[in-house]
Amino acid sequence: MSAGKTSFYGALDLPPLKLSLDLADLEKRFHAASRRLHPDRFARASAAEQQAALDLSSVLNDAYRTLRDPLQRAEYVLKLSGLNIGEQGNKDVPADLLEEVFDLNMALEDAGQQDEVNAARERFVQLRDEIDGQVLRLFAAHDAGAAVLEELRGLLNRRRYIANLISTASGEGIRH
Amino acid sequence: MGTFQIDFGARAPRIIGIDLGTTNSLGAYLDATGTPRVVPGADGQPLVPSVVNYPLEGGPIVGYAAVEKLKSDPTRTVYSAKRLMGRALADVQGEHLTYSIDAAASTQVIHLAIGVTPPEVAAAVLRTLKQNAEAHLGEPVTQAVITVPAYFNDAQRQATKDAGRIAGLEVLRLVNEPTAAALAYGLDKRKQGVIAVYDLGGGTFDISILKLHEGIFEVLATNGDTHLGGDDVDQLLMQVALEDLHSEWGVDLSQDGAAYQSLRQAVIGAKHALSTAPAVFLEFAWQGKSYRRELTRDVFDRLITPIVDRTLGPCRRCLADAKVTVGQIDEVVLVGGSTRMPLVRSAVENLFRARPHTGLNPDEVVALGAAVQAGILAGDVQDTLLLDVTPLSLGLETMGGVVSKLIHRNSTIPASATETFTTAIDGQRNVLIHALQGERELVQDCRSLARFDLKDIPPMPAGLPKIEVRFLIDANGILNVSAKELRSGQEHSMEVTPSYGLTDDQVEAMILASIEHAEDDFRERQVREARVEADQILAAIEKAKANAAWETLSPDERAGVNLAINHLLLAYHGGSHELILEKIEELNQATHPLAENMMNTAVQGALKGTKI
Repeated sequence: MSAGKTSFYGALDLPPLKLSLDLADLEKRFHAASRRLHPDRFARASAAEQQAALDLSSVLNDAYRTLRDPLQRAEYVLKLSGLNIGEQGNKDVPADLLEEVFDLNMALEDAGQQDEVNAARERFVQLRDEIDGQVLRLFAAHDAGAAVLEELRGLLNRRRYIANLISTASGEGIRH
Repeated sequence: MGTFQIDFGARAPRIIGIDLGTTNSLGAYLDATGTPRVVPGADGQPLVPSVVNYPLEGGPIVGYAAVEKLKSDPTRTVYSAKRLMGRALADVQGEHLTYSIDAAASTQVIHLAIGVTPPEVAAAVLRTLKQNAEAHLGEPVTQAVITVPAYFNDAQRQATKDAGRIAGLEVLRLVNEPTAAALAYGLDKRKQGVIAVYDLGGGTFDISILKLHEGIFEVLATNGDTHLGGDDVDQLLMQVALEDLHSEWGVDLSQDGAAYQSLRQAVIGAKHALSTAPAVFLEFAWQGKSYRRELTRDVFDRLITPIVDRTLGPCRRCLADAKVTVGQIDEVVLVGGSTRMPLVRSAVENLFRARPHTGLNPDEVVALGAAVQAGILAGDVQDTLLLDVTPLSLGLETMGGVVSKLIHRNSTIPASATETFTTAIDGQRNVLIHALQGERELVQDCRSLARFDLKDIPPMPAGLPKIEVRFLIDANGILNVSAKELRSGQEHSMEVTPSYGLTDDQVEAMILASIEHAEDDFRERQVREARVEADQILAAIEKAKANAAWETLSPDERAGVNLAINHLLLAYHGGSHELILEKIEELNQATHPLAENMMNTAVQGALKGTKI
């Protein structure tokens, strides 16, 4: 089965590519569609119907999993719009963060500088939260018809980079 | 078949729910009011110990009768076979079992030295449960929902399904044990909110966090350990007792199967008693010597603390994956016999900062939930739906022995992912895909699931062929894979080599062997039942012949009865229950006048105040 252009939105009966979604409403749609499509409802149906239920409910589950998470939802919309988010965000340090990233790496190398590491971590968390606010504003702008997907992609790449810094500063994935 | 039958006409066959446990198994069904009920066995007990004895002659012995054989025939009596399901030789090196494993057999499936595989042992238990259900319900049972530990991997699930097939049961669904428990629990209470199900059984541990909302049971996350349970407590206590005996008597009893089993049962008895008593005596006699040691709850708790602690890590990971805090859990439900241990209860209480719910019988709740799921599948339960998750991430091997994740753990099932494969060199005809399950980054740390060989790729320059492979985890948590050539849109041929488990041919052979036996067994039972009925009517007629009413019959009527008796006796020793039942009916017809006369005589006798 090839994924149609708006299949995740279609599976949940939502307007195509809408970025601001109400999670309670999304859950309600997911539950209602599950009641209709889940393979349990077709245990005694024909093999063809069982296969269809399996296919449709797997798309439904994949759709709900993707759309309920704002970041995955945004990446999905970008991908459908031909704007692949890719991995380049991990390699290129955003210019304005160069100095801070350098300081963090220095602090991480020295076991005695835990305070500096913690301070850097807090700073990055703050940056991430600011980005999240901007992301939501771009969601609303996009739904209102503005062409902001390129901007959104840049923001998401930056967010991903900062999220990686936060995990590094939190002690995840550090080699000793 | 003692039960009164109501004919619903074209009513679909009933689906039963089965809890196939490490220590005990049982079946359940939905009664006419939609209430789940356990199936009693021939002895009236719903629990069937998951123990199977294979005598040198004759068919397997299952349940309590097999438990008796643990001591007298330890090498041919299989217990805790669930720990071996879907596993390979290398996985079970540390197990101390009194039956042995054939080390020379295939590396993909464990073969016991007595010539059976774990799915066949499980099938013997399932067959007993099937027969119990048939006897109790008075109808054939061919479809079932079977529960498995939530943390069971693909191979373990497949092995369970194979066991069902071998036992002559179509397994309509595998349901995770904690989820089944939640179904039984939530259905009863019409609950809403977030619940945690802590399920510590004989051999496996599961923790699941679910959200209950208007009849939808949505699993948020699950975690566990398929090698952690009451068996580990038993093995630990055994170690202590064996060392004790060694220092006291100077003998090593671990290699003496019969002595080991007697000691094991004494240890299990002591463990059970300690759930309610503050101290017990562990007593054991062997070759005229006797051993007695006091075991207090304190000492016991200290001993088993490491085992109980091993459940806490999965609980924390489950909370994190479910994205809920301890404070958001509305209720904790305890399932599995091992949650009777007070230390387990207090550990759960400490972690979740809530008093665990213990109102359900931890031995029965999983089977009852399986019956509810059976009702959902049959369409008898309309407003309830279970949305479960896959416990382990599915990934593919990529360059350098790294695993790239395709479907993440705790994704709602059915779940799917699609990958496009191509060739790396010109004219390449095959692409090999290696699927794995697990959370680690490297191939060597994950569990190999299967290898898929995409064959007969038309010779083309490297990178040109495009084959789309769809990985789909179905509602049973089992992986299905299909491949499509994008250019032609045709299904692409593929050779699947599962890393563990029985091949289809092996399962087919086992089904054939067991169907022969099962049919023999079933026919044999029907014949026996018909004979019992014949015995009863023959005895009644013998008695009636002494009655005055017999003399009032005409000579023809008497001859007719005697002829029918002879016909029945001829059929009696044949192998056809239909013929016996037919002759019983004939005899019934022939004795009609006799019965009427006896009624009259009885009435007259009653009027005269005399007994007949």
